[in-house]
Amino acid sequence: MFRLIVGRAASSVVTLVLISLVVFIGLELMPGDACTAYLGRDGKGAVLDSCRERMGLNRPASERFLEWGGKTLSGDLGTSMQRDRPITEIVGWRLRNTLVLSAVAALAGIPLAILLGVMAGLRRDGPLDLFISSTAIVAMTIPEFISATLLILIFAVSLGWTAGVVTIGYKAPILDLVAVSVLPAATLTLILAAHIMRMVRSSVIDVLESDYVLMARLKGVPWRQIVWRHVLPNSLLPAISVIGLTIAWLLGGVVIVESVFNYPGLGRLAVDAVGDRDLPLVQAIALLFGIIYVITNLAADLIALLLNPRLRTYRT
Amino acid sequence: MTSVLATLGAILRRPSGAAGLAIVVLHVLIAISAPLIVPHDPALQDSATILQPPSTVHLFGTDRLGRDVFSRTLLGGREAMLITTLSTAFAMAWGGVLGVLVALVGGKLDALVMRVVDALVSVPWILLVMLFVTALGTGTAALVPVLGFSYGLSVVYLARSAALDFVTRDFVLAAQARGESQWTIASRELLPNVRDSLAVQGAMQWSWIFLAVSSLSFLGMGVAPPAPDWGQMISDSRGIMRTAPWTVIWPMFFLSSLIIGINLAIDAWAKVLGIDRVQRTPGP
Amino acid sequence: MSLIDVSGLTIGIRGPDDNILPVVDAVDISVGEGESLGIAGESGSGKSTLLLAMMGLVKTGLHHLKGQSRFDGLPMLGRNDEDLNGIRGGRLALIPQNAGTALTPSMRIGRQIEESLRLHGNLTAEVRNRRIVDLLARVQLPDPVELAQRYPHQLSGGQLQRVAIAMALAGEPKALLLDEPTTGLDVTTQLGILDLLADLRRSEGVALICVSHDLGVIAHLCHRLAVMYAGSIVESGATAEILAAPRHPYARALIASIPRIANGLLPQSIPGRPAAAADRAGGCNFAPRCVAAREACRASAPALQPVAEGHQVACFFPTAGPLSLDGTNAAGPEATGTPVLRLVDVSVSYQRPGFFGRFSGPPRQTVSKVSLSVARGEVLGLVGESGSGKSTVLRAIAGLWPISGGEIVKPGSTGPGHSPESRRAVQLIFQNPDASLNPRHTIEEIIAQPLRLYFDMKPVEIRDTALRLLADVNLDPRYLARYPGQLSGGERQRVAIARAFAAKPEVLLCDEITSALDVSVQASVLRLIRDLGIARGVATLLVSHDLAAVRALSHRIAVLYRGELVEVGPAADVCAAPMHPYTKALLAAVLEPEAGGLHRIRLAPDRGDIQNPACAFAPRCPDCREICVVTRPEWQGAEHQARCHLADGQRPRSRLSV
Repeated sequence: MFRLIVGRAASSVVTLVLISLVVFIGLELMPGDACTAYLGRDGKGAVLDSCRERMGLNRPASERFLEWGGKTLSGDLGTSMQRDRPITEIVGWRLRNTLVLSAVAALAGIPLAILLGVMAGLRRDGPLDLFISSTAIVAMTIPEFISATLLILIFAVSLGWTAGVVTIGYKAPILDLVAVSVLPAATLTLILAAHIMRMVRSSVIDVLESDYVLMARLKGVPWRQIVWRHVLPNSLLPAISVIGLTIAWLLGGVVIVESVFNYPGLGRLAVDAVGDRDLPLVQAIALLFGIIYVITNLAADLIALLLNPRLRTYRT
Repeated sequence: MTSVLATLGAILRRPSGAAGLAIVVLHVLIAISAPLIVPHDPALQDSATILQPPSTVHLFGTDRLGRDVFSRTLLGGREAMLITTLSTAFAMAWGGVLGVLVALVGGKLDALVMRVVDALVSVPWILLVMLFVTALGTGTAALVPVLGFSYGLSVVYLARSAALDFVTRDFVLAAQARGESQWTIASRELLPNVRDSLAVQGAMQWSWIFLAVSSLSFLGMGVAPPAPDWGQMISDSRGIMRTAPWTVIWPMFFLSSLIIGINLAIDAWAKVLGIDRVQRTPGP
Repeated sequence: MSLIDVSGLTIGIRGPDDNILPVVDAVDISVGEGESLGIAGESGSGKSTLLLAMMGLVKTGLHHLKGQSRFDGLPMLGRNDEDLNGIRGGRLALIPQNAGTALTPSMRIGRQIEESLRLHGNLTAEVRNRRIVDLLARVQLPDPVELAQRYPHQLSGGQLQRVAIAMALAGEPKALLLDEPTTGLDVTTQLGILDLLADLRRSEGVALICVSHDLGVIAHLCHRLAVMYAGSIVESGATAEILAAPRHPYARALIASIPRIANGLLPQSIPGRPAAAADRAGGCNFAPRCVAAREACRASAPALQPVAEGHQVACFFPTAGPLSLDGTNAAGPEATGTPVLRLVDVSVSYQRPGFFGRFSGPPRQTVSKVSLSVARGEVLGLVGESGSGKSTVLRAIAGLWPISGGEIVKPGSTGPGHSPESRRAVQLIFQNPDASLNPRHTIEEIIAQPLRLYFDMKPVEIRDTALRLLADVNLDPRYLARYPGQLSGGERQRVAIARAFAAKPEVLLCDEITSALDVSVQASVLRLIRDLGIARGVATLLVSHDLAAVRALSHRIAVLYRGELVEVGPAADVCAAPMHPYTKALLAAVLEPEAGGLHRIRLAPDRGDIQNPACAFAPRCPDCREICVVTRPEWQGAEHQARCHLADGQRPRSRLSV
């Protein structure tokens, strides 16, 4: 089993390398480069040349990639075009903030979703299930920016329970961040929970129809015991890997949600960077998101590995 | 053709299917006919009539630049729908072909391709889009290939797993034993069997890509002004929600109803075909 | 009072016109303590539904309409699960068909048995633990203490079935319900399980009700027999009596359709197929297929009438007299001369990147140094159990799997690799007709594919040829426009055969082609192979685990054990006078529907104490000697050969020559 873990970890490393290749090479293939993007219409002649000189863009691609890779590994993500500061500095705080927001959303959403999914699956097609499932479908189909706007409309504008947008700075202490992250996290949780709920529900239904649950009934096992000992362990296990994937989605949603609420995280920074045509910064953020995704998935897979009896033990 | 009509009929018999299809058809009709029926020029700014509540002249009121919200709302789906349809076609085409091919050929090609796809999927779609938008600028010409590419990635997964279901079946083995070419096997043996689930997938991709386009427009990276777009309209009017809710509510309603309609119809369709399973790669 | 009492039980589904379509139709059954009843039937007979009903369970989609099933006087149907929990798994236990899927994957074996003990007993934890070990030992599982710690996925099919039995025994049952208890198990494993069950019946006085399509199993295990057709019992009585002289036309035809090794004849199948519940007209359900049907049979349905003491038949005109087992002689014209297919020292290994995990079937097993030859018009039967590599051999010949050693000489092949000519000349027919026909193609398209691929035919010619092929396999021309989903299993297999013959093959490879079919239909498929194949001089390689079927059809038989050939010879000789101990055990393990105990050889599972024996069979061989472990056995014999040190005959050793 140790080999499985190492294998999985090695696989993640390969993925990371591929991601960085893509982020880097994808842009090489585009017409233009960081300078033409930033300078826009002014990107001509001497101005363009000096920009390129400054950014080191006139060296061959492979050399630049290796340098970029090397620097990244050592924590230096390059320099932002717009702000003319090291990216690592700009990104550090905001990375923390985004992680706080995601953590709040995940911690609220995952247990809730599992609970609802199990309840809906156990009472399939009953009134509770129909309610939960329909709500989930609605939550999944409404785009984040709409649900965010609606939440602001309801809770901030009409009810006045919270402020609509976030006003604290990016260096604020974590507790303050948590306090203001209620609405943004709620937006994320809605959709996150909807996806996970459906997956758990589907898994529970599958297990309920399995031969071994039928056998447990025929053994005279009382229903409650069937649910706890036979249904739950077998239906939640496959859900773990999917939870990992859903978290990946979460990262995408973060960009929009942070923009709507003005939350000082990586997502909002990315949007600003696009507006500034600051390519190196956008690249760095894209890479960071990729890294978070890979690490989260690795963690989810490893947890699933550890909990799965099939993978823990070999057949003799 | 009869099976298509039969499926359609079965969908319409379900209340969710009938409702969903009705909504979708209505939206499509509006989108197509909008340029002909709008009462006002959507781009006409009139500083005299800014932020007016709904009236007989302006059915949905006016926005902060004095533009007629009704006209803009009717037209607001067109550009997004166009971009979405083109992107979806692109995504399904390349993702579907690659997915089925990779499932059939298997082996090293499968492993390699899925590796690369896995890596690409690790970066959230929106960041991929943002990367390209930063480099190339916005507009339909830039968005369609980028969206088609990003969403095509999840289509590769789906097409591959749909095809894998059948690749191990004996009738494919029988075809291989006969010596049929891979291409013939893919098109003659596999395709008829995965067609249904791919079609449903196509519709789902359409709805996700539409949401993506709207979200991008909301952020200012999607449909380029002055073309009206629901996402953009909502973004524009965020600050004045309290005082002029009509500027936000109508585009929101239109957008949401289209999405709900599509999802109801797809749900009914999937149930009719007997393939209502939750897919592995969750939403956008 | 009887222990299990089913009276007038009707279970069915609601049809499209809101009428009742019975799956179990007014069935009466009575089983007393210590008695054993076998319920025999084919697909669609309703036997599994009946068994579940005895446990008080009606599957979703079905409705309990009339009658009741009682256990020890207590009604079982229409009750809540809570009320029945005390009985289920306790005094009344079910042993499922597929123990592999019936055991919870996330729980250890010991815990699952403990669950039963806790629910149906009052023992302390200590006593419970000992009892778990006792139970596992009772079902002859090795190393019970260690095994109790394992998870279901770590055990083999046979072991899992034993665990299921142990779990049922934990509740100290008075009655055991068995649902196809040995399906999917090897013939030799099957015998072990049946012995165990028979033993339990004798020693613990447990009542047994065994549902099976295999009359041999029932003959071995049950004193009484009830034959079901289309939801109702058509004949019931003492097993020995019915098997010797069945009265109901269906029972007669069913029993007669089972090939017997002793006579080697290919029996008659029952024509047609059972009507779906929706299509049944009034009258006797079997009438459409019955050779003795008369007007009265179509007018009303006969009820069970006694014809002798304890023997009832549901027929207006039951047949008297013993059953004569006739059939047509299998082998047909003598196979002559030059081999069309030759394998020379062929070995196949599973380690092939790219194909990894794509086959759900056997290829984990290696095949080592197999040499065979098949001549024009000859049928060579290749028998072996699971893991013997027989399917792998076929796939290697068909070019679907690469060989790692040796040579395959087949028509059209000019060395390694596959020419289009050899692809045409060698055709493969698969086991499962559901999976081997594309569900989205019409029958015409399916048959047309090889025609289009191999011959340059115009569409008109293709159609005509397809019609002719359909006629060859006795299918109505109207079937051309239908889809596989609309055909029965037997009919689909015939389409697969037509497809194979469309290519005008010279070699036909049959991979367990009858295993997925109902018993009463199997013979007709085999007959087609003979009529079409042998008559056209096709060399046929018939792979099966069903010895009797192979015997009925083959000129020669080859026996595989763990990837190696152990015996080859003329079919009659191999079956009548087997030379290799494994062949002897295989033959002895065949259960024919005749009651009575032949002397049977029991094979022990691999003892695992002999490392790298020279003879692969040594660890399980009852006659194993020292030389078997040390020296690799050579082929002994001439036309009939076996690779064994102890084979009979003083004839000089000769290598198998092809």
